[in-house]
Amino acid sequence: MDKKIQLWEGNHLVAEAAIRAGCRFFAGYPITPSSEVAEYMAWKLPQVGGTFIQMEDEIASMGAIIGASLAGVKSMTATSGPGFSLKQENLGFACIAEIPVVILNVMRGGPSTGLPTHPSQMDVMQARWGTHGDHWVIAIAPAYMDEIFRGTVRAFNLAEKYRVPVIILLDEILGHMHEGYEIPEDIEIIDRAKPDVPPEEYFPYDDSKGDVPPLAPFFTGYRYNVTGLNHDKSGFPTTNPELIQRDMERQRRKLYANLDDILWYDTYKLDDAEIALVAFGSMGRSAQVAVDLAREQGIKAGLFRPITLWPFPEEKVQKLAEQVDTILVPEMNLGQLILEVERCVHGKANVEGVNKVGGLPIEPPEILEAIKARI
Amino acid sequence: MAFNYEYYLRMDKMPHMWCPGCGIGIVVKAMLRAIDKMGWSKDDVAVVSGIGCTSRTPGYVDFNTLHTTHGRALTFATGLKLARPDKHVIVISGDGDAAAIGGNHFLHACRRNIDLTLIVVNNYIYGMTGGQASPTTPFGARASTAPYGAVDSPLDISRVAIAAGASYVARGTVAQGFMLEKFIYNGFRHKGFAVIEAMSTCPIQYGRRNKLSDPVQLLKWVKEHGVSAKKAEKMSPEELEGKFITGELHNQERVEYTEEYELVRQRAQEAAGAR
Repeated sequence: MDKKIQLWEGNHLVAEAAIRAGCRFFAGYPITPSSEVAEYMAWKLPQVGGTFIQMEDEIASMGAIIGASLAGVKSMTATSGPGFSLKQENLGFACIAEIPVVILNVMRGGPSTGLPTHPSQMDVMQARWGTHGDHWVIAIAPAYMDEIFRGTVRAFNLAEKYRVPVIILLDEILGHMHEGYEIPEDIEIIDRAKPDVPPEEYFPYDDSKGDVPPLAPFFTGYRYNVTGLNHDKSGFPTTNPELIQRDMERQRRKLYANLDDILWYDTYKLDDAEIALVAFGSMGRSAQVAVDLAREQGIKAGLFRPITLWPFPEEKVQKLAEQVDTILVPEMNLGQLILEVERCVHGKANVEGVNKVGGLPIEPPEILEAIKARI
Repeated sequence: MAFNYEYYLRMDKMPHMWCPGCGIGIVVKAMLRAIDKMGWSKDDVAVVSGIGCTSRTPGYVDFNTLHTTHGRALTFATGLKLARPDKHVIVISGDGDAAAIGGNHFLHACRRNIDLTLIVVNNYIYGMTGGQASPTTPFGARASTAPYGAVDSPLDISRVAIAAGASYVARGTVAQGFMLEKFIYNGFRHKGFAVIEAMSTCPIQYGRRNKLSDPVQLLKWVKEHGVSAKKAEKMSPEELEGKFITGELHNQERVEYTEEYELVRQRAQEAAGAR
């Protein structure tokens, strides 16, 4: 057996992957079931010359990572349900100011304090629409150890490449599960574009050369303004309707015109499937086992598993509706991802949920029963 | 030779949005003179703020400037400073921003003693939103949300700063701009978290509701209500009622966070090397 294979906890693997992706600043606040990320960072970051700080609350942690990122340091925070609610204020700031940051949310039951030590997938919609106002983020929901590792590296890369906050969604199962994993060495690392013009010609929101303007780190001679107000290309507040319309449309376009680059998904035995499952994260794993169980009984089931949840892989789900009559959506909530699936399917297939919210996962035989009930 | 403020201002962003008679400009000028006295390059300075009238300062000054969310300026500044401990990070905040919505961050910034300078412009009111009562509105004073007089007692920002562990605390008034400059300068030179509270004026939103609408009259009121620490020692609690103590109130050498964290890095690296 290869000695490089180590036993990793999901949360620790996120932290290690972040460091390998270049993260050198972490600010956090204790919350179950994500605290292991902060603990790992407190131990490991100073070893590699980075900085860990435990802030006074979740809001402060989010503010601190935006500050550090503006100084050019790749930054991250980690939290869970109630803490994710508190992150939303400054997450909106990172959106409008276009500051690359990574936020891990290890989902637990909710609302409010909910079920701190049990899993849920109840933050699908909060990841997309948690902060007020029109805004666009990327959310990645890995299901396996390799996806947790590569997904975390990818989160940093996408944040840097598109100047956008990237959310990683795990749930308590994935965050606390231990599995053997060999960390790959072949990772690609992307750093944010820096300006190639002299300071007097630099504007932090200049769209003349593309939808993602270069971001100069603070203290490097480019003295500009960053604000949470709508702003002109110089970063100074404006109420000019045309400038705001143009800027907001660019912020959307910088992601939605690059879906080929951003979208990430997996399929399992989908080619000849007559009934399809759409599931993500730990429930994606459950659903994959259910597909095998169904096939053992002669039922042609298949799985579409989005890994990028936001933007949602709309076209793929649309095509699914052309192939099958029934799509089942197992998720640990009472119907969130299904709303997006229904929107994409647009009545062209029968879409039904398989839902559980008591803190226990939906097990493969339960999904199998749901499949059989529709055959 | 007259001080060249324009060197430090973004003149293309003028006119500014502050009202006639506002005290913020006096504080900003004192800050710019203190920066100049430090001899810092503009590239090495960041000015960070939250939301409110005072928090519009970053847009007008020619540094690395960051206008954040309401009350959260210190949290962003903490990240900036930890990422670049060799640079100079100044936070400028109003009383509502620093002491109400940002109160928790304020306490913990004091406790941590990171080498940041916080300038609080205290005008006893939420000016930008139209004159609502703030955490420093004097008891009984009128505000748009206290039409019959403020019911709650004001917070003494400097005393809270000292209690929470800020290692340099000074309070001045906008009636004494050069004293403010001295305090800000000393705050910059101080290694640790420095708080400079500037008792200011808002004739439009505070003065107008409290028979102090004339800017000069309000400036005089601020000056008269300030009592130097030395003078205060000889005054009774009754005589000090409603007054605020000015001067360098606290100056202490204490472990600074970024220096201490550098030692943490060394310990972590030694421990990793020994494994």
